[in-house]
Amino acid sequence: MADIRLADASEVPPRPLRRHLLGVSDLGPGDLERILGTAATLSRSLEREVKKLPALRGRLVVNLFYESSTRTLSSFDLAAKRLSADTMSVRSSGSSVDKGESLKDTALTLAAYDPDVIVIRHPQIGAPQLVASVTAAHVVNAGDGKHQHPTQALLDLYTMREALGRLEGLHVAIVGDVLHSRVARSLIEALTLVGARTTLIGPPTLIPRGIEAMGCETTTDIAAVADADVIYVLRMQRERMLAGAAYVPSLREYSALWGITPERVRAGQVVMHPGPMNRGVEIDPRVADSDAALITTQVRAGLVVRMAVLYDLLTGGPVEVPQALEVA
Amino acid sequence: MLFCRSGDRDTLRIEGARVLDPTEGIDGPFDVTIEDGHIVRIAPAGASASGLVLAPAFVDPHVHLRTPGREDEETIASGTAAAAAGGYCAILAMPNTDPVVDSAAVLGALVELARAEALIPTGFMASISRGLRGEELTEMAELAGLGAAAFTDDGHPVVSAGLMQRALQYSAVAGRLLALHEEEPALSRDGQMHEGAVSAELGLAGWPSVAESIMIERDLALAAYEQRSLHIMHVSALESVAALRAAKARGVTVTAEVTPHHLCLTDDAVRSLDTNTKMNPPLRAEADRLALLEALRDGTICCVATDHAPHARHEKEAPFEEAPFGVTGLETAFSALYTMLVEPGELPLEVLLERMSAGPARAFGLPVPRIAEGEVANVVLLDLDARRQVSEGGFRSRSVNSWLLGKTLHGTVVKTVADGRVVFAA
Repeated sequence: MADIRLADASEVPPRPLRRHLLGVSDLGPGDLERILGTAATLSRSLEREVKKLPALRGRLVVNLFYESSTRTLSSFDLAAKRLSADTMSVRSSGSSVDKGESLKDTALTLAAYDPDVIVIRHPQIGAPQLVASVTAAHVVNAGDGKHQHPTQALLDLYTMREALGRLEGLHVAIVGDVLHSRVARSLIEALTLVGARTTLIGPPTLIPRGIEAMGCETTTDIAAVADADVIYVLRMQRERMLAGAAYVPSLREYSALWGITPERVRAGQVVMHPGPMNRGVEIDPRVADSDAALITTQVRAGLVVRMAVLYDLLTGGPVEVPQALEVA
Repeated sequence: MLFCRSGDRDTLRIEGARVLDPTEGIDGPFDVTIEDGHIVRIAPAGASASGLVLAPAFVDPHVHLRTPGREDEETIASGTAAAAAGGYCAILAMPNTDPVVDSAAVLGALVELARAEALIPTGFMASISRGLRGEELTEMAELAGLGAAAFTDDGHPVVSAGLMQRALQYSAVAGRLLALHEEEPALSRDGQMHEGAVSAELGLAGWPSVAESIMIERDLALAAYEQRSLHIMHVSALESVAALRAAKARGVTVTAEVTPHHLCLTDDAVRSLDTNTKMNPPLRAEADRLALLEALRDGTICCVATDHAPHARHEKEAPFEEAPFGVTGLETAFSALYTMLVEPGELPLEVLLERMSAGPARAFGLPVPRIAEGEVANVVLLDLDARRQVSEGGFRSRSVNSWLLGKTLHGTVVKTVADGRVVFAA
């Protein structure tokens, strides 16, 4: 069986690279291609019996999570562990965060342990920028408010390329609550970067005014999904229906007009969802469980892409993927 | 209506400057002699090659002195020192303090404090509604009698149209102007920035232009109905400018102000997520900025107001959505507008000088600073050739939340004479 040797961080010559991944705009096309390439190589390591690689041995990755998140936190945590880094998770409950400590002070406290990477999820936009400005660690944004979630966009691109063989020229329909979605914002930006076409479909109250400037088209007509290679379904949160919010009158009407049912998926299309799903609301269970759905593939992609991001930040990024990742 | 500490007036002579007073129609080299605080002689001088300009000192109708309650952010002493350094001879302070300036007791204490520590003449606005709650009117007549310069709920709109109508009616008794922060909260909601392409991209909640203009339209209609005047504060949107023009054409007496940051920046600056680009009303689009500039040029907007809003460093050092709204401006207003608008040819210098001095003074019934023999000296000496870099260490304000940190500005204030006293000399 082929053995995979991943160059140790200390063996790779340092190379100027953006020190943080705060948003998709931190990535150029070259960075994106390199990270996806590294992820593809790393995915093979996960097929082995012993899945752990020594690449980031002795490095410390701190996960600073101000929002509950099972999937993203576990994905980053496992990604760091698979690369032999030490990890530490700090959550907003049961820590000084609840004692009214400012984000700056929490970041400075954690910085005293000299972490190599701080992965932060925060309900407020700009929190990762603040942490990046006060610590020497590489900062990875794991979701800030409605702003950005760049590793989600990377794992989605990775999934699309694995499933469809290309990204350039792909047509992706993003369906649902774009207004409140950091996933949508990151994905639109990433799709534009790789030359894919994006159409946003949803209730007019949940498509932000002026978003076409990001390089996408918008429509309220669900029939437009027929044109797409990928149907990307966003989570429809129940809070949006509360009195006072009233973005849509009812879940029932939302599902009828924008829910992804088997009738709305044509052969050859793939369906993606960042999770967690509301079965029966934005996505029909029959679609979620069909062969067209790539939802568990996305979760697996999340692991290898986050491994690739951590590796890339800490090694300065391999100049050429094959040089740093030798498959003997 | 204006209060400051007493002291001897100064005698000085300013030679060789270009004297530029748009109100008096003076523009040329003169030697100006000030004796015991009064301008006694304006004598023609030889043309000078220096970049020195002597102009009427500035009047700022919109300053947050944060006193009482947040003296860590600004005091009357520090705020008026900052104003003096910015070339101002008079400022009006906002009542959204803690406690709110809504009673004779609070206003009386502020007046006493100003008499003890204000470096330049300072006026205080009192609130329209008690506690800024938008429910009951303040005792406007008593407050005016104690020296309230005008009435405003700044920081908050007067949400109830009914209360606004009553305020318009009753303020006639007080003989003071209402100055309005215009925002329909049902539309601005929890908005963090201008609603448009940039907010869509960043995911920050939008505060749409229409939330401002719809309230301006409402209040102008009420003012017309009640045949009262209004002052509209910190106008930010193109639609608001259109509403002002239309009302003026119908004969409504309305004055309006615009801030340096709304004249110089757009929502594009928010992409940095720098909390010193977060203000209320928010920075808007380029079309809005150009409409504000045109309105300032043609007089639809007659005042530049800084909306100087000091905030504690630790409160601005927070994620964008958590940070408070507002930036400082007293010490940078002229230099910023000179550098970003006058030098590139977007705004004539004499128009800027008029809108920073006579315009706001007239709007609020304050003495208009004039460079004329017999007048009390309220003058600012500017060096248009000088440049400086804005840095945290250079402020007299207690707060450093400036949108200009790190920028190099041209046109500095060399000397300020307020009420006949030299209050600032570089």
